[in-house]
Amino acid sequence: MATLEIRDLHVTVEADNATKEILKGVDLTVKQGETHAIMGPNGSGKSTLAYSLAGHPKYTITGGTVTLDGEDVLEMSVDERARAGLFLAMQYPVEVPGVSVSNFLRTSATAIRGEAPKLRTWVKEVREAMERLNMDPAFAERNVNEGFSGGEKKRHEILQLELLRPKVAILDETDSGLDVDALRVVSEGVNRVRETGEVGTLLITHYTRILRYIKPDYVHVFSAGRIVESGGAELADKLENEGYEVYTKGGASA
Amino acid sequence: MAEAQNAPTLNSVRAGGPPPVGSTTAGQIAVAAESTVATRMSAPPSFDVADFPVPHGREEEWRFTPLERLRGLHDGTAVATGDGVRIDIDAPAGVVVETVGRDDARLGRAGAPVDRVAAQAYSAFEKAGVVTVPKETVLTEPIRIAVHGQGGVAYGHQVIELGAFAEAVVVIDHTGDTVLAANVDYILGDGAKLTVVSVQDWDDKAVHVGQHNALIGRDATFKSFVVTFGGDLVRLHPRVAYAGTGGEAELFGLYFTDAGQHQEHRLLVDHNTPHCKSNVAYKGALQGDGAHAVWIGDVLIEATAEGTDTYEMNRNLVLTDGARVDSVPNLEIETGEIVGAGHASATGRFDDEQLFYLMARGIAADDARRLVVRGFFAELVQQIGVDDIEERLLVKIDAELEATL
Repeated sequence: MATLEIRDLHVTVEADNATKEILKGVDLTVKQGETHAIMGPNGSGKSTLAYSLAGHPKYTITGGTVTLDGEDVLEMSVDERARAGLFLAMQYPVEVPGVSVSNFLRTSATAIRGEAPKLRTWVKEVREAMERLNMDPAFAERNVNEGFSGGEKKRHEILQLELLRPKVAILDETDSGLDVDALRVVSEGVNRVRETGEVGTLLITHYTRILRYIKPDYVHVFSAGRIVESGGAELADKLENEGYEVYTKGGASA
Repeated sequence: MAEAQNAPTLNSVRAGGPPPVGSTTAGQIAVAAESTVATRMSAPPSFDVADFPVPHGREEEWRFTPLERLRGLHDGTAVATGDGVRIDIDAPAGVVVETVGRDDARLGRAGAPVDRVAAQAYSAFEKAGVVTVPKETVLTEPIRIAVHGQGGVAYGHQVIELGAFAEAVVVIDHTGDTVLAANVDYILGDGAKLTVVSVQDWDDKAVHVGQHNALIGRDATFKSFVVTFGGDLVRLHPRVAYAGTGGEAELFGLYFTDAGQHQEHRLLVDHNTPHCKSNVAYKGALQGDGAHAVWIGDVLIEATAEGTDTYEMNRNLVLTDGARVDSVPNLEIETGEIVGAGHASATGRFDDEQLFYLMARGIAADDARRLVVRGFFAELVQQIGVDDIEERLLVKIDAELEATL
């Protein structure tokens, strides 16, 4: 069973000619089939965790370890991490002019699977996955994320999640900027992937709203660069009622 | 990619107001604020090289060009060696292919040389080529012209003429090594349709300078693709003028400028006739130390050219440090009675965020770069509208990317 283990992870970022520590010792284990929600106020370091795991060059790892099935993730390049089974659904997916969605998906699937998918089954696979996400077939011929609405960008991220079948999926604020209908479609996509039991999901969110559609097994509260409380789904209800204040008012030093 | 778009107002253009937008990799604006189409030239157009002073490099039309790498084409020291280039022309039935002497009346009708090297070419060639597609002849196969450099110095002149309502596709391939100054005249009769694909796939040391004059007849359509990959120095000057109303010109170009290469494309569209259209789109990718691409896009709408519709665009993608782009669109408008006029220039870096996004989907860095550059060019290639030529160009682009990225 695939396991992502994060141990005492420390991460810094360069900003305004100064080095700032954002992650201050994160410990977390995500196993295949599990869903972990990471919740926290803005600026607590949730997205830094997501991007550090994916290997974004902006972040410097200063301490700790991350392993996927015992393999050292931090030693891997960004593409190696993806091929090892890590997937990051981004909060702000990037436009890639001149590259069509269909070309991008196929290139990506070829890289992840280690061989080009057979054309006939691939076309069917993509078409069906797009239908499930209520995406117009014409979408495949548009350039990656170019001129996409917020909802289209997130559907496109989840489409990739469905096609690339990672071992561990990190969803960085996938719910932000979505209306209720889009949130439902996107959540259903995530749930289809979860139901295979083959993916560990790290759901990063500011709001409890998405947890009505995607039921987490564990909820972690993130504050000031680390996990300050962990619990089951009931912890989300507590956050819904009480907010993050209890954690941000000195609670982080505990 | 940062984008600057200008649709200048008449007053500002007339008053010589805000300078045209240019861009370099350093983010500076490389513009000659005072420059106009007329002042770009240090002498009036002429067929005689003696009418042009030897350039020293500070002239507006030469200031981006490293003169020392012209190997004497600009100062009269490059003497034709007789083994400069070999030209093979493969034309379908119905096309007339001739080699003619300097005194042939059909030479030079599309426009006179506007700079010293173009005039040198016109003054120095011994034989010229004339390819004629008779009126109402519609070709189903392209005319192929292979220009192969054999190491020497050469001067040349080529005329491609389409009679009224003739239709043709011409593919000109430049390969090998040479020092070449050669001009091309495209003459389109009324209602004719000509598509030209000129590929500069030279060896690393080649030098190629040329002026391409297109004279577009009434209701005729001229579509040009200038594709520059190779050479040490390539400097091409495609120019368009209209011989009657209703003419259309589409000028597309793409260049891939590698370390040490100088590739310069200077365009002029002279809207001298009412109710004509032009659309210019050039795209370039650059990589490596000393890669230098220059794009000058001059569009002139003369006072008589009412109903003109024109747009020009240049985009550059800088893949590495050490490469330089000078992009200077310039629009001069002498009449307000037009349909539209605009220009855009954008120079962007290959974005680290794009790279991260693609790599986060398992795609290796080199493959990601190739994917982006191929996509950047493919948009343009798809405008050719001739499937096998599009395919061939994409294969060439892939090979170029494979070899250099």
